[in-house]
Amino acid sequence: MPRILFVIGISLLCPIFAPAQQDVSELLNRMKAMEERIKSLEAEVQDLKGQQSALPAAVTAAQPPSTPQQPGVAAPQRPAASVTVQAPTVTLPAAPAGLEAPQTPSGPLPVYGGASAGASKVFNPDISVIGDFLGAAGNGTPRSTPALEMHESEAGFQAIIDPYARADFFITFGEQGVSLEEGYLTFPALPAGLQMKVGKMRSGFGKVNTMHNHVLPWTDRPLVTQNLVGGEDGIDDAGFSFSRILPGPKDLFLEATGQVFRGDSDEIFKSYRRSDLSVVGHLRGYKDLSESTNLDLGVSYARGHSPLGPALLYSLYGVDATIRWKPLRRSIYNSFVSRSEFIWARQDRPTLGVAKPFGFYVSADYQLARRWFFGARFDQSQRNDNTALQDTGGSLILTYWPSEFSQIRGQLRRTSYAEHLTANEFLFQFMFSMGAHGAHPF
Amino acid sequence: MFVNKLQCFLHRAAAIFAVIGTLGVSQAASKLNVVTSTQDLAAISREVGGDRITVDSIAKGYQDPHFVEPKPSFLLKLMKADLLEVVGLELEIGWLPPLITQSRNSKVQVGANGYLDLSRYCEILEIPTGQVTRAMGDVHPLGNPHYWLDPENGRRMAKAIAEKFSELRPQDASYFVEHEADFERRLTEAEKRWDAQMGRYHGRKVITYHRSWPNFAKRFNLDVIGYVEPKPGIPPTPSHTLDVINTMKREGVKLILVEPYFDLRTPNSIASAVGGEVLVLLPSVGGVKEVNTYFELFVYDINLLNKAFAKYK
Repeated sequence: MPRILFVIGISLLCPIFAPAQQDVSELLNRMKAMEERIKSLEAEVQDLKGQQSALPAAVTAAQPPSTPQQPGVAAPQRPAASVTVQAPTVTLPAAPAGLEAPQTPSGPLPVYGGASAGASKVFNPDISVIGDFLGAAGNGTPRSTPALEMHESEAGFQAIIDPYARADFFITFGEQGVSLEEGYLTFPALPAGLQMKVGKMRSGFGKVNTMHNHVLPWTDRPLVTQNLVGGEDGIDDAGFSFSRILPGPKDLFLEATGQVFRGDSDEIFKSYRRSDLSVVGHLRGYKDLSESTNLDLGVSYARGHSPLGPALLYSLYGVDATIRWKPLRRSIYNSFVSRSEFIWARQDRPTLGVAKPFGFYVSADYQLARRWFFGARFDQSQRNDNTALQDTGGSLILTYWPSEFSQIRGQLRRTSYAEHLTANEFLFQFMFSMGAHGAHPF
Repeated sequence: MFVNKLQCFLHRAAAIFAVIGTLGVSQAASKLNVVTSTQDLAAISREVGGDRITVDSIAKGYQDPHFVEPKPSFLLKLMKADLLEVVGLELEIGWLPPLITQSRNSKVQVGANGYLDLSRYCEILEIPTGQVTRAMGDVHPLGNPHYWLDPENGRRMAKAIAEKFSELRPQDASYFVEHEADFERRLTEAEKRWDAQMGRYHGRKVITYHRSWPNFAKRFNLDVIGYVEPKPGIPPTPSHTLDVINTMKREGVKLILVEPYFDLRTPNSIASAVGGEVLVLLPSVGGVKEVNTYFELFVYDINLLNKAFAKYK
């Protein structure tokens, strides 16, 4: 500005200083050139501003991810997200527990409100979908299974909520409807080594009840689960769960879990009043027998009000045992797992007194090769309201894993039902997962 | 009535937990208690931390670090840890997150002060560009996690570890800095020897089983021209094996580098078809009994490569 005023002043004095006329015209030319230059620079700035707003945000001038960071006194933080113009793929520097960097679609990302799209997506939960297609052939009466069905589609949403909690939601879509299989908040590190969960969750009764369909080693659930523990849904209710790792001798892992639920679980618990809560307790003991072999034992208890009447109770007592073998050097090729659960129930009945049915299963699975697993299961269970009725079953299972993210399974199942009916079936299953990489089942 | 009983039960349970909690709380140990996901991180931590730390690793050096079982016994280590060091880049995605969540240890939760992801300090290779899908196999979308196999990254990791140790135990900061400087000095000297050994074989072509060696290959000028796996995490197929054999014959490649946890049948059949050899090279400290330090890892691998390269001129 002072320079311009100076030039203007000079030009006003032109008539007085005629000999300087040539210099003044030169200055004016230079001034015009400068104006042109300023205009062109302004246009460039506007262009850049326009491009910036069109970009999917959080565009940082970050160094390319492959560029090493120089360790210094204060470790340089990578940007929360970096997006390149050529490949707008958001990458996270470190996936939080249970989380994976979310995949983003290719192409420009939309801009949400004031926040940049990239930054907003960073906080999206991990999303996964697991498909479970089930088919059946043979005589399946009376436990009917459709010839072909998209048995379950499970959508999972998992994220860290804040420095104190994380949340997990699993919504299952069947062919008939939608249900919330689990949706809970976990406080992983409370004082005194406690962990708390609140929400709807599968209870910690035994082993099979805690497992989602896609981590079962079979296409179905054992008879004892069907007859005594509420079938596929099992004890799955809204409430609180507290657990603590207890000090055990000689590297023995001990974990105690106590849970209180509303008291509604499929066909086994029913809440008639607010005070009709159900409770579940589980004590787990685990020991590494060697580097490759370990033993997992548990005892469980559950009690709630029976669907047979508000004054009647239904109680369950369980013992579970799992032995695993997996040689570390060849862990991806060979392994063996044997599981069993023994469950006793106590059912108050309106007229016939107390029924005390019992059931169990024993199963074994051997990994033959990297992609092949062979298993067998024997299961037997009385009915929960009539111990005179007992079902017995046996299965042979062969599973093929094309990759970590899909599996194909066939199961030959023979079941002798209490009604003197025998079912011989071939069940086959295709399972596949997309989205976030979940933890491997253990 | 049931509510009263429940309240009574909860009070008793709370009292029992409180007593157990009091018994279980140990006095703060004078040594920094470090848990690492792999033995490589433990080895470098030991160099820096000396006798001022205790360090324990979860995965063994001879097991596939992608497939570690999240055993409850690991929780016993994690629940007492002051610091958890991880490789990151989703190497541990299949097993570490549930362990962290169940550890009941607020110090080592992701983002807490006692959680150290060392990939943030290192040169990361093979970061996929463009769209990433699982059609590419079990690909790591954040880059190849086997970055510790470059001594320069080892140096960076040691620095980051020393800084973290100093932050958590300020009274021992000078000790850690001193040890880190000594580690760096010895590493620089060792690198001269390793360079002299490997310099003769600059640009040698090799096949590897998995994509475990990009940092090692870049540092020591090896040319990895193919993989026994058709895609990361996908077992070898007959057609791909044939392609590998043809490539090796065409390029005159004789060596196949295999990690100790992979099956040797396919690599052996490829090697016999091309008149070459399979080398079981260690990607991690602890891969064999005699390799217990970061230095011994490179000495072992470089000696093995030297002998093999000398054989196939």
